[in-house]
Amino acid sequence: MSTFLGMPAARDSRGSGPDAAPGTLSGVGRPEDPLHWGASFPDAAKAALDNGQLRRNLGKATSTIRTKRARVVGEVPDWEALRDAGSAVKTDVMARLPELLEELERNVTARGGVVHWARDAAEANRIVADLVRAKETDEVVKVKSMATQEIGLNEALAEEGIAAVETDLAELIVQLADDMPSHILVPAIHRNRTEIRDIFLERMADAPPDLTDVPRELAMAARAHLRRKFLSAKVAISGANFAVADTGTLVVVESEGNGRMCLTMPETLITVMGIEKLIPTFDDLEVFLQLLPRSSTGERMNPYTSMWTGVTPGDGPQEFHLVLLDNGRTKVLADEAGRAALHCIRCSACLNVCPVYERVGGHAYGSVYPGPIGAILTPQLTGEKSDLPYASTLCGACYEVCPVKIDIPSILVELRAREVALSGASPETADRVWKAAMKAASFAMADGARFRRAARVPRLLRAISRNGVIRRLPFPGSLWTRSRDLPEPPKQTFHDWWDAREDGR
Amino acid sequence: MTNAKDEILSRIRAALGSDAGSAAAGPAGSAGSAGSTAAPTVVPREYRSAGEHAPGSDVVLELLVDRLEDYKAHVHRTTAAGLPGVLAQVLAERSAERQEIGSSDYRSPDILPTTHAPRRAVVVPHGLDASWLSALDDADVRTDSRDAPLSAAELDEIDAVVTAARVAVAETGTIVLDGEPDQGRRAISLVPDVHVCVVRTDQVVQTVPEAVRLLGAEPGRPLTWISGPSATSDIELERVEGVHGPRTLHVVLVS
Repeated sequence: MSTFLGMPAARDSRGSGPDAAPGTLSGVGRPEDPLHWGASFPDAAKAALDNGQLRRNLGKATSTIRTKRARVVGEVPDWEALRDAGSAVKTDVMARLPELLEELERNVTARGGVVHWARDAAEANRIVADLVRAKETDEVVKVKSMATQEIGLNEALAEEGIAAVETDLAELIVQLADDMPSHILVPAIHRNRTEIRDIFLERMADAPPDLTDVPRELAMAARAHLRRKFLSAKVAISGANFAVADTGTLVVVESEGNGRMCLTMPETLITVMGIEKLIPTFDDLEVFLQLLPRSSTGERMNPYTSMWTGVTPGDGPQEFHLVLLDNGRTKVLADEAGRAALHCIRCSACLNVCPVYERVGGHAYGSVYPGPIGAILTPQLTGEKSDLPYASTLCGACYEVCPVKIDIPSILVELRAREVALSGASPETADRVWKAAMKAASFAMADGARFRRAARVPRLLRAISRNGVIRRLPFPGSLWTRSRDLPEPPKQTFHDWWDAREDGR
Repeated sequence: MTNAKDEILSRIRAALGSDAGSAAAGPAGSAGSAGSTAAPTVVPREYRSAGEHAPGSDVVLELLVDRLEDYKAHVHRTTAAGLPGVLAQVLAERSAERQEIGSSDYRSPDILPTTHAPRRAVVVPHGLDASWLSALDDADVRTDSRDAPLSAAELDEIDAVVTAARVAVAETGTIVLDGEPDQGRRAISLVPDVHVCVVRTDQVVQTVPEAVRLLGAEPGRPLTWISGPSATSDIELERVEGVHGPRTLHVVLVS
């Protein structure tokens, strides 16, 4: 079966696009479905490509993190061995998921924690909202978490009259601007310092009126703004980077100390975690605590890592709830070819090396999971038809940097094949046309004069090109142009040019 | 409606198909045993389980100092006899800095907007070796414990904390606290703005796996891994040291 490797042309849009140009204060708004919002990828990508400022910001940011990562990964003599171990541990986790989840539940419970299970976003949000309400508070502090973004927890809590305050600096910026994150690790990467100052001045009540756009000052303003909340919050909500089955230990990796604040100061801690975040043993942390920081921020180690096991009497939250979330993960698990997407530890290294992400940014993907991993994870989690598997050149850089060796390119190709099978144009048609074209080419190329005549034919297409580009050809040319533009053919064939040149001598 | 746990577990088993046959059928104890068609995953562990240098060796200590300084931590080296003097000096210098700045300008890296007056107070966990503080003359030292904890508001009025540590990792410039009586509750090493952490040289290992193995003896303790002061790179990737956690980290290496 032939696999369609192009990208579909812009087609049905999903409502308003992520087209709020940088420079304006308000972001793209909070979507109803965090896994499926904005315009289709081709439309959104096109808009993003027209935005020179965004491309410059992204180019600078991704190349900076790439360089840092390469340097600290290069320091580790056994990096490949660590990747092999990380990959195998995750494969093992998926194969033994039921028993490991039950082991985790037993150990968390034994240490005074309460474990909840949530089939989908609505159920998880319901559980969290009820827990918060029971504490009679209308404000909670939050540690940056992909899982809670995926389920739209903040919006669900808001509907119940509970304000969830994001405490990671970038997430705070995104939240204040009514925006969406555009990168897993640095969610406000699409904002520059001046925009951030303006957002603070307009949306943060206690921002100093003479605030400048120096990053240190902005960070200190955020510190002052959040400090009172940290010291008075009754309930905190977090995600988890890892959960250790054999001890019941939860792990959160962070930089700013907002994580430590949330995990330490409030009386009640609620952690929402995807069921795939497990690792079997405490010793396995020795692999992942080396792989994650170097892949993610390009540091030898992130400033703070917190590990807690249930409740420690007299130290930290005295009530701990763990919400184990499915929300489509079992669908991904059922797919033998795509299952490895669940191995992801959310480092975001694949975003930073991706030539597509670098140019279009995170919003174009219309999901809280952007970039190469988002292109395979998002459609699998939703089970919906998607353009995202085409948001790649299949260059393979994502696979090379993935700390747990997820073969993203192969999964993308597999998902594309399925998209083609689902869509109208059957691969059989494409295959027949391909064979006919090859036969014709072989006929033309077998004879010099024939080839010379055949090569002149595309010149006719100049009549239908606009601005040097042909957007739509009739069948069978449509098999090409529905996925890509065709450049305008040259006025002269090489043969004709050569002849003219010879004549001119 | 079936309960969520049963449904999720049955979805997983269905997703894994025959791979999870034994886990689905057998009681917990026999999960993964005979009857399963899937071969167990063998995890290759070819990576270094320990460094080539002994804990506390000169090479390891130099590496730790280099990494800590790279992340803008202040490193002091001393002996057991010199420790009280070093601690007194670090805290006195800190106090002098505060007097000098004196204002409540939020731009200052060392002053909180809420600060009214320079604060001199130091908090220590109740299990800290009392002799370490013997050279402190005029500092206001408070003791915190799980049984008699200071409130968040009280901690917010305290400038510095002195703790011991459980283990340090040279290659990553990391210090780990495990909440034992000489390190204290997590809150005391978080809220004050200056953390002075005393590490014995024999606690310094070269690699992460060595530290994980050591900590694995008591995995249930609340663990805090600290690599430099808190930091953010969220604004145009420009690193700003000192956000919500202590903005200054002093590590005193004692041989």
